[in-house]
Amino acid sequence: MPIDMDKTDVTEADTPGVPLLEVRDLHVEFRTREGAAKAVNGVSYTVDAGETLAVLGESGSGKSVTAQTIMGILDTPPGRITGGEILFRGEDMLTMSEERRRTIRGDKIAMIFQDALSALNPVLSVGYQLGEMFRVHRGMSRKDAKAKAVELMDRVRIPAAKERVNDFPHQFSGGMRQRIMIAMALALEPDVIIADEPTTALDVTVQAQVMDLLAELQRDFTMGLILITHDLGVVADVADKIAVMYAGRIVESAPVEELYKRPAHPYTKGLLDSIPRLDHKGKELYAIKGLPPSLMAIPGGCAFNPRCARARDICRTEVPPLADVTEPDGTPIGGRSSACHFWKETIHG
Amino acid sequence: MGRYVLRRLIQMIPVFVGATFLIFVMVYALGDPVSALFGDRGPDPATAKALREEFNLDKPVWQQYLLYMGDILTGDFGTAFNGEPVTALMDRAFPISFRLMVTALVFEMLIGITLGVITGLRRGRSLDTSVLVLTLAVIAVPTFVLGTTAQYFLGVEFGWIDPAVSPDARLDELIVPGLILSLVSLAYVTRLTRTSVAENTRADYIRTAVAKGLPRRRVTVRHLLRNSLIPVITYLGADVGTLMAGAIVTERIFNIQGVGYQLYQGILRQNSPTVVGFVVVLVLIFLLANLLVDLMYAVLDPRIRYA
Repeated sequence: MPIDMDKTDVTEADTPGVPLLEVRDLHVEFRTREGAAKAVNGVSYTVDAGETLAVLGESGSGKSVTAQTIMGILDTPPGRITGGEILFRGEDMLTMSEERRRTIRGDKIAMIFQDALSALNPVLSVGYQLGEMFRVHRGMSRKDAKAKAVELMDRVRIPAAKERVNDFPHQFSGGMRQRIMIAMALALEPDVIIADEPTTALDVTVQAQVMDLLAELQRDFTMGLILITHDLGVVADVADKIAVMYAGRIVESAPVEELYKRPAHPYTKGLLDSIPRLDHKGKELYAIKGLPPSLMAIPGGCAFNPRCARARDICRTEVPPLADVTEPDGTPIGGRSSACHFWKETIHG
Repeated sequence: MGRYVLRRLIQMIPVFVGATFLIFVMVYALGDPVSALFGDRGPDPATAKALREEFNLDKPVWQQYLLYMGDILTGDFGTAFNGEPVTALMDRAFPISFRLMVTALVFEMLIGITLGVITGLRRGRSLDTSVLVLTLAVIAVPTFVLGTTAQYFLGVEFGWIDPAVSPDARLDELIVPGLILSLVSLAYVTRLTRTSVAENTRADYIRTAVAKGLPRRRVTVRHLLRNSLIPVITYLGADVGTLMAGAIVTERIFNIQGVGYQLYQGILRQNSPTVVGFVVVLVLIFLLANLLVDLMYAVLDPRIRYA
C-alpha cells in the first residue's frame, strides 16, 4: 500500500468559525448480555488550536469512551456508536473512509495513554516505536527515522537520548516512559492531542514535571489539547475550559476560573468540596454521598438526582438540558452552561 | 549472554546424570539380561557367571552405571541384539528420525501458526468454531487411528503414496508420516497461537499502534504477531525433543526405521545397551532443545534478555 507523503490534502487552513475539533451529540453504548450500557449520551464539545479542554469525571462517566471514539480505537463490538458526529476541521470522521481516517490518526490527532508501560510495545525498542511514526506517515528511511527519534527524545528531555534510543520500554522509569509516550504523540506535530489521564500512573513528584512538559509543548506547537482526568488539581494549572461529565453526559462546562469560583451544578460543587484542604485539617473529608449509577440503569430525569441534596420532583422526571448560565440579571457569562434544573440557586446562592 | 549459556550448560549436568541414572537402573536392575539372553531354556550357571563378570553385572548398580557412562564417553554404546554396535544403529536411525521431525515441525509452523492467527483474529466466527472442533477431534483421536487410516486410503486405496517407507526414508516419502506425526502438536500449536493472538489483540500496545495510524497489516505483523508468537515458538522448540522420541507409533505404522523403531526393537528383545543408549542420546537432545528454547526466548523477549 503506497504511503501518502503529501500531507497537505488532510490539513486545510483554519476556516474561520469552524472549530478544530468538534464532538457533536455523540452517543455510544456497549452491548452486553444484560442489555445496553449507555456510556456516552449526547456529548458535545469543541477544542481549538492552542486551547486546553479538560474533561473531568469519575471512572465510568464516559470521558475515556468519548476520547476513544474520537481516535477510532473503540472496541466494536461490544461498543457501538449510536449517533452524533466528530468533526475535524468540519469533516465528519465517523463517515469518512477508514484509510483517510488512518492518515489523520497519529498525524493530525494523537493520543497519550495513561499507563505507558502497557501502552508501549514491550518487544520493540523505543527508537523503533518512535521512528515508526515517521516511516509510516512520512515515508522516511529507517536511519532517518531513528535520528528523528533521538531528536524527539531530546525534545522531551530524556537524558542521553542517543545512547538510550535502542533501549526497551521496561528499561525506563515511569516518568521517562510517559515522556516517550508524549514524544510519540508529538512526533508529527499534530493539531490535536488527547491525553487520557497522562499522569495518573506516575509518582506525585513526577506528575508535575510531566504535566508541565505537556503544557509547555502544547504552547510551543499551539495544539489543541483534550485533557481527560479525574484530578481537579491537575486541571486548575493547565486547562482553559472544563467539561464535567457524569453518567455519559456533560453536566457543566465553563472556563476554568469560573468553574472553580462558582460551580453551577451540584455535582461540580460536590467535586470541588471533596478536595482535601489544609485549612480544614482535622475535620472530616467531604464526600459526595452514594455511588455513580450503573450505565445499564441510569436514573430517570437528572442522572445525579439520587445523590443530590437539592433534588426535587422535577429532577426525577425530567432530564435537565445543558442550558446557558447567566448572571442573576440575565447577562450571559461566556462559555458557561449547566445541566441542572436549579443552576440559578446553585451558582448564585 | 555468554555467561548465561555457560550457566545453563552447567545446570544441564545434574539433570543429565539424574535422568540417565534412572533409566539405567530401570532397564538394568529390573530384569536379568543374562537369563533373557537364554530364553526359556535357562543358562548354564558357569556360563551365566562368566557373562555376568564380563558385563560387570556382578557389581553394585552405581558402579555399573559409572562404568557404563565411562564407556559412553569413549563412544562405546555396547552391542545391539544383532551383533552390530549400537552406534551403527544410531547412525542410521537418528538422521531418519531427524528428517521426520523436521517435516512434522514444518507442518506445525506452516499450518498450525496460520490457522491459529486466522482464528485468533476472527474469534467466534464460523471458521474459528470449525477449526476449534477439528483440533479437538485431532487431539482426541489416537495417532495410530489417524496413521493407519491415512495409510489405508492414501497408500492402499488411492495408491498416492507407498504404504511403507523404504529403508532410505527419503524426504518425499516422509511427507505423509510427518503430517501424521505432527497432527496432535499441530492442533496444540493452533490453539496456543489462537489464544495468544486473541489475548494480545486486546493489549494496550495494540491500541496504541492503531492510534498511531499504522496500517492494519503493520499492526498485525509487527506488533501483534511479534508478541503473540513468543509462547508458540517456545512450544515448538520443546516439541523438537518430543517429536524425535515420540515417533514410535508413526514409525511403526509406516515402517520407518528411525529412533522409535530401534527403541521398539530394543525393548522387544530386551537389549539393554540399545534401549539405554538411545534414551541417553534422547535425553541429551531434550536438554539441548530446552536450552535452545530458553535462548530463543531471550532473543524474542527483551524483558528476559536483560532481566
